[in-house]
Amino acid sequence: MSCDFTDSALHGYFDGELNVVHAAEFQHHLSHCSDCIDELAALSSVRGSLRHARLYEPAPASLARRIRADIYSASPKISPSLHQAWRGLVAALGLLLVALVLWRVMPGARKEEDYQAELAAEIVDAHLRSLLPGQATNVNSSDPQTVRAQLESKVQFAVPVRDLTKNGFVLQGGRVDIVQGRTVAALVYRGGDQLFNVFIWRTSESDSSPRVGSRQGYQWIDWRQDKLELCAVSDADPADLGRLHRLLIL
Amino acid sequence: MKVTDRQKGLEVLDVEDRARFEQLVLPHLDAAFNLAAWLLSSRSDAEDVTQEAMLRAYRFFPGFYGGDVRAWLLQIVRNTSYTWLEKNRRMKLMDEFNEELHTQSFTTPESIAISGNDRERLKRALETLPHRFREILVLREIEGCSYKEIAAITSIPIGTVMSSLSRARRQLQSALAKDAAGEATDEL
Repeated sequence: MSCDFTDSALHGYFDGELNVVHAAEFQHHLSHCSDCIDELAALSSVRGSLRHARLYEPAPASLARRIRADIYSASPKISPSLHQAWRGLVAALGLLLVALVLWRVMPGARKEEDYQAELAAEIVDAHLRSLLPGQATNVNSSDPQTVRAQLESKVQFAVPVRDLTKNGFVLQGGRVDIVQGRTVAALVYRGGDQLFNVFIWRTSESDSSPRVGSRQGYQWIDWRQDKLELCAVSDADPADLGRLHRLLIL
Repeated sequence: MKVTDRQKGLEVLDVEDRARFEQLVLPHLDAAFNLAAWLLSSRSDAEDVTQEAMLRAYRFFPGFYGGDVRAWLLQIVRNTSYTWLEKNRRMKLMDEFNEELHTQSFTTPESIAISGNDRERLKRALETLPHRFREILVLREIEGCSYKEIAAITSIPIGTVMSSLSRARRQLQSALAKDAAGEATDEL
């Protein structure tokens, strides 16, 4: 575009996403910029076609049924109100059912290993995603302060970001990711040819010593310190991962 | 919502939670499927991925503290889709270097005037775009998400949403123009 306004302003205007002041400015600008007017016409022509073409892909009805079946196959806990309703006539039956359900759901207080296994699966998935082109970092900076400030504005906890360049791990940046439905901070370091993701999220549990494992050829190490849980993952030599862990806990 | 072990996201939901899940999350099944279908370019793959994503959402549901349910669900669908792509196919990711190629030809409204039955042409054009541009267009133009929602779903800052959207639209215009030019040649 040859005018002073940026593409973002034009698209923001087109999408109704500019605030009142900027929208008014842009509107004024439109009165004497034919380039922008042409561009807006082109945009709305494409939008019109997209809307017209019924591109929405609705889910097949069978999918909703499959998902409901999945959900119902997970046995529910008995809620207190329901439990109360069963008092009286079917008390005995109710108790039996409660016992049965509790027995089946007892893994609901599932063991630490199960937690680790699920976590490992999610962490490795997140690591794999980050290896896709352009997905590793949203905050591209090797400056710990910058990465820290930008991540903290999104995750609402203090993110420890360290400069480990001297130790052979060069900070590439960070991003916000989702692991097990939680928003987590992810720091990306490069050591040699390998990318290391360090996922960090808040925990209420007490500090723990590191646990390590591997999955699909990726190594991970997970530990808790100062009300944060950290999990580093890479397909590097486990020794390098151990070294990164030692540097992060110092 | 009563959960003993919220932190771990492993708990089985109680009856009330399940009812809430059905009420709040399941109505967005179409949105979930639509995004997956566009990211994976396949309805049958999208069925599997949506089912998996919904189950994940179900397990994570006790950790969802309110807010935009659709954005929360689509974030899970997006992650599940990319993980699936990474595992099941070597993604032919067209990235920046391809962008120049796409934006070379200049387009006018006339050159991209499209008749109503051009669904296939639009679909083809959208599918030539790199995933990150395709997803942003699908979310904005087909799903009707706001910039804020797109930022939440894709975990990118709003500023980046704006600039990516303008690039994505330009690429789509070029792809459509190229497609139209191709067809014109065919007809000769």
